[in-house]
Amino acid sequence: MATLFQGLGIVTPSFSSSNSFDSNNFLIPSRRSLSERRDGIFVVRSDARVSQTLKTGARKHELLVPNAVATKGGSSVASTSKPGHELLLFEALREGLEEEMERDPCVCVMGEDVGHYGGSYKVTKGLATKFGDLRVLDTPIAENAFTGMGIGAAMTGLRPVVEGMNMGFLLLAFNQISNNCGMLHYTSGGQFKIPIVIRGPGGVGRQLGAEHSQRLESYFQSIPGIQMVACSTPYNAKGLMKAAIRSENPVILFEHVLLYNLKERIPDEEYVLSLEEAEMVRPGEHVTILTYSRMRYHVMQAAKTLVNKGYDPEVIDIRSLKPFDLYTIGNSVKKTHRVLIVEECMRTGGIGASLTAAITENFHDYLDAPIVCLSSQDVPTPYAGTLEEWTVVQPAQIVTAVEQLCQ
Amino acid sequence: MSLSVAKLAQPLPVHDRTMSFLTTTPFLGSASSHKLRFIPTVKLFPRSTSSSTVVSVSRVVKDNKLKSSTHLLITKEEGLQVYEDMILGRFFEDMCAQMYYRGKMFGFVHLYNGQEAVSTGFIKLLKKEDSVVSTYRDHVHALSKGVPARAVMSELFGKATGCSRGQGGSMHMFSKEHNVIGGFAFIAEGIPVATGAAFSSKYRREVLKETDCDHVTLAFFGDGTCNNGQFYECLNMAALWKLPIVFVVENNLWAIGMSHLRSTSDPHIWKKGPAFGMPGVHVDGMDVLKVREVAKEAIERARRGEGPTLVECETYRFRGHSLADPDELRDPAEKAHYAGRDPISALKKYMIENKLASEQELKSIEKKIDEVVEEAVAFADASPYPPRSQLLENVFADPKGFGIGPDGKYRCEDPKFTEGTAHV
Repeated sequence: MATLFQGLGIVTPSFSSSNSFDSNNFLIPSRRSLSERRDGIFVVRSDARVSQTLKTGARKHELLVPNAVATKGGSSVASTSKPGHELLLFEALREGLEEEMERDPCVCVMGEDVGHYGGSYKVTKGLATKFGDLRVLDTPIAENAFTGMGIGAAMTGLRPVVEGMNMGFLLLAFNQISNNCGMLHYTSGGQFKIPIVIRGPGGVGRQLGAEHSQRLESYFQSIPGIQMVACSTPYNAKGLMKAAIRSENPVILFEHVLLYNLKERIPDEEYVLSLEEAEMVRPGEHVTILTYSRMRYHVMQAAKTLVNKGYDPEVIDIRSLKPFDLYTIGNSVKKTHRVLIVEECMRTGGIGASLTAAITENFHDYLDAPIVCLSSQDVPTPYAGTLEEWTVVQPAQIVTAVEQLCQ
Repeated sequence: MSLSVAKLAQPLPVHDRTMSFLTTTPFLGSASSHKLRFIPTVKLFPRSTSSSTVVSVSRVVKDNKLKSSTHLLITKEEGLQVYEDMILGRFFEDMCAQMYYRGKMFGFVHLYNGQEAVSTGFIKLLKKEDSVVSTYRDHVHALSKGVPARAVMSELFGKATGCSRGQGGSMHMFSKEHNVIGGFAFIAEGIPVATGAAFSSKYRREVLKETDCDHVTLAFFGDGTCNNGQFYECLNMAALWKLPIVFVVENNLWAIGMSHLRSTSDPHIWKKGPAFGMPGVHVDGMDVLKVREVAKEAIERARRGEGPTLVECETYRFRGHSLADPDELRDPAEKAHYAGRDPISALKKYMIENKLASEQELKSIEKKIDEVVEEAVAFADASPYPPRSQLLENVFADPKGFGIGPDGKYRCEDPKFTEGTAHV
């Protein structure tokens, strides 16, 4: 945990004033990048890599620097001269998983189509060939049962990584996640540990319809005994995956359907991130913007506009959705005295609501203005592209909110 | 209603597997059907008598018994052990009722009276490394598996010395030491966990190359559970991967107030085993010797790596669903019928008739258990309640899960951590 509090201070200020970001460049850009659609799920083959160059670079590559991608340096640094290797987010997840499986034979994967098919988003591609069918177990389509099985396996010594083919499917396993995953360590008086990772793609994608476009963070957050992290860059995806696997606690790792093809250069050396730590994305002075997962990119897009307008926002990817890193968040609040939360979660009872409560309870005296929280609408995600776009927070809204907050 | 041999012989893999059962397990040796002993007044569906591939093991047991009338089903030593365990289960539960009415324990308390033959018949055959997954009616499963009565009683009293430190309660008995993987309070949710424990055994043997790992998991659940999806999902997975697990159905005919026959299209639960490619066995759950016979084979089958078995034990609970249940729906005649088939009396009779034990020997066991249960109550009574500092222990195995506080330390490192509330 030496890296625990590196979130602040270590970020190179060189790009703090020149963040530039176009969210369209890292989202799965359009249907042409999809080699296959299946049951309303985007299936991205690994050979269908998005060829667009992402505006990465200009980030530090030392181990454990918690800031990452999505910030653009003043100039595009030639990535070939940099150490490390470049990969997409889903490949980073796979790399983390693979390294942990090599390190510990008790680490195994189970879920729908994780084995021979390689995972619907190819996070487990090739692992079955390498580690065998039992370690990368293709399960029947029975979420409640195979999640429960993962819990039973975890209680008896294994470290399973359970993939929900889509996070929404995990609603079918909600009882297992809540009652067993979350509570058994406690109800057993601490006798049984459940070192399980439950992960999968979630969030609002590209017109996937309501059931495949869920924002489940709020559903899971009040389950006691569970940790939740959301990855947002290849760098933190790998580091968080490894940390989640090594954790003795059950961890839900949220991935976002639209971020799998993000590209970034990550270190060749092994690194593990802290599950409990927020990530400073862009230091600033005027307002603290707390965000996570895909909304980080909407925020960074807004940040570009805001900088041009003369604002200096501080952007923090909270990453740990439960528990919150109140140290990093608090330090920022104490500096800027203004907080804007931008989330994709539901408005009611969402992460933003909890975060608002936590900041009010702990840092009320430091606030110069009421906390503003931009969440997605409390509606089932509509199919129509226009309606879907209005469901989640857009960069322009963020700009407006900051302008009002800083008045 | 019954599966035809011809159908099973179709060249589909799962059917091939089923066919292999026919040759390898004594359960399925016969093609005749067996009449279930349900409540006499209730008429079951007319059963086809033609070519059922599944046969109730009680038939097999009966046949064995007839063939070897001189051969006793149990040794004296085993008989006494079994008797003692059943008495422990019965006396313990009776004491629970007393303590509940005396205000020593609270909440929902589901007693096992009447079903002892199942717990004892199965669990006493296990090794310590084998696992048991139970339901909300779990006290006696824990006792049979070796969890001390005082630890179970203390848990019920909500004391810190309870087997789950007072954090579980009646429906959440755990013992890592004895591999009691838990009482599960919701219907069917323990079955996937049991399947996972069985998966671990297979994994340890095949991936981690622990060749001596032949541990078996028993999943106990009731007739009501057999209409829940998790039951079917796990039958499928367990058969698919040949997991070392035995699914033990304690069919006591009632899911609280819902009669099994009113809730289930085909009440023969054991027949659902072959549908998934595993043996399905029906056994008289009021006869511990028959249960043992079936259990032995099912457990050994799992141990040999031949896969799961579904065993339906027809039993009856002598009390209401829980101590809060007025138990007004069940017909007194039905209750009387099963009361007359008390598994403990039956074993006693068998042992005395076969000169395996004297009345005196059995009496002394009862006396001993009386003392054990009394001592358990005294222990529980004298034990301390969990201190306030225990409240936040065990929420996370790694307390870092509580997160980083405003002071930059992990919240659990704050000396006042257990005094305040940990809000996130």
